[in-house]
Amino acid sequence: MFERFHQYAAPLHFHRLSRKLSPWLFGLSAVLFVAGLVGGLVLAPADYQQGESFRIIYVHVPSAWLSMFCYMVMASAGAAGLIWKVKMGDIMARASAPLGASFTFLALATGSLWGKPMWGTWWVWDARLTSELILLFLYLGYIALQSAIEDRRAAARAGAVLAIVGVVNIPIIHYSVEWWSTLHQGATVTKFDKPSIDVSMLIPLLLMALAFQVFFFAALLVRARCEILEFEQHTAWVRDYLRGGRKV
Amino acid sequence: MTPRRKRMVVIGLLVLGMGLATTLILRAFNQNLMYFYSTSDVVAGKAPTARDFRIGGLVVKGSLQRLPNSLTVHFVLSDLKKEVTVTYTGILPDLFREGQGIVANGQLGADGLFVAREVLAKHDENYMPPEVAASLKHQPDATLTR
Repeated sequence: MFERFHQYAAPLHFHRLSRKLSPWLFGLSAVLFVAGLVGGLVLAPADYQQGESFRIIYVHVPSAWLSMFCYMVMASAGAAGLIWKVKMGDIMARASAPLGASFTFLALATGSLWGKPMWGTWWVWDARLTSELILLFLYLGYIALQSAIEDRRAAARAGAVLAIVGVVNIPIIHYSVEWWSTLHQGATVTKFDKPSIDVSMLIPLLLMALAFQVFFFAALLVRARCEILEFEQHTAWVRDYLRGGRKV
Repeated sequence: MTPRRKRMVVIGLLVLGMGLATTLILRAFNQNLMYFYSTSDVVAGKAPTARDFRIGGLVVKGSLQRLPNSLTVHFVLSDLKKEVTVTYTGILPDLFREGQGIVANGQLGADGLFVAREVLAKHDENYMPPEVAASLKHQPDATLTR
């Protein structure tokens, strides 16, 4: 069992597994997206205060969750690369950074669009918004570091250290609305109490969150495949594969 | 200690150290990280007097007064303990309602009246359809009504 698992830590086998898995994951996420969007945009009732505008929650909240989840994936993969010298760790960390940056940007942009009509402003420097913006800068810094260092091994090491240091920001983002007074509202779903959202609105939200999650893994697999080919470009199997001579 | 073990410890210490340093920094700047002062803070004199600051609280039900022929409004903010009267000239955001939370930016006058330059609505974390909200209204909620 462990041997099987260990096998997939090797780029060649991971590449094969990824090619098998990613179409299924993309399909599953498409189904979940359709279900979540129909549920959220058509079936769910309008909010008693915000009316139809609340529906941006179905994009904003999943992307904000994913922006943090993706960072944890990036940092853990980076740490695995540092500690155990797992090549796939370096590859996964590198592959997840642009995805995380996109989710963070999406969360900030949708929040801003919602903020103007609801709060009366596009942007405020409260603790929640600022810490999420720092998360975007962490991602961009990681990506810049990766492109600045020629040697991939060295780049992966430097990036992993940056990612691990940045982990401190994740609990700050989550608890910012509790620790300090912020304009951003407190947690609706991710708290120990009962979620303070009606069930008819909650179910599409959870579906959308799942759709985002599955999409993330599917996109991560595809990106990892590309990283593997670049990482391993001097090996025989990649040369064979790119020439189309060998089925991997 | 194997090199792998050593790397694990170094990374563990790095995370711990960063966590500790950040905790200390955030505690030191705790006041600056607060987006607004509560009405109790303002009544207790903890808010700055010579410069702008933000005040946050719930708009007391029945306290909103519009002056005729102008955009000036008066309302009372409360954190369920202390109250501060706010005056504002301008257009209020969509979510501004009596009983809802808002954040106002402006200055505190010597008479204790807060003159706001900007009023932002603070949304709460509750989402429900109008019917549910209507049925909740039938339950007595005397906390915010005068």
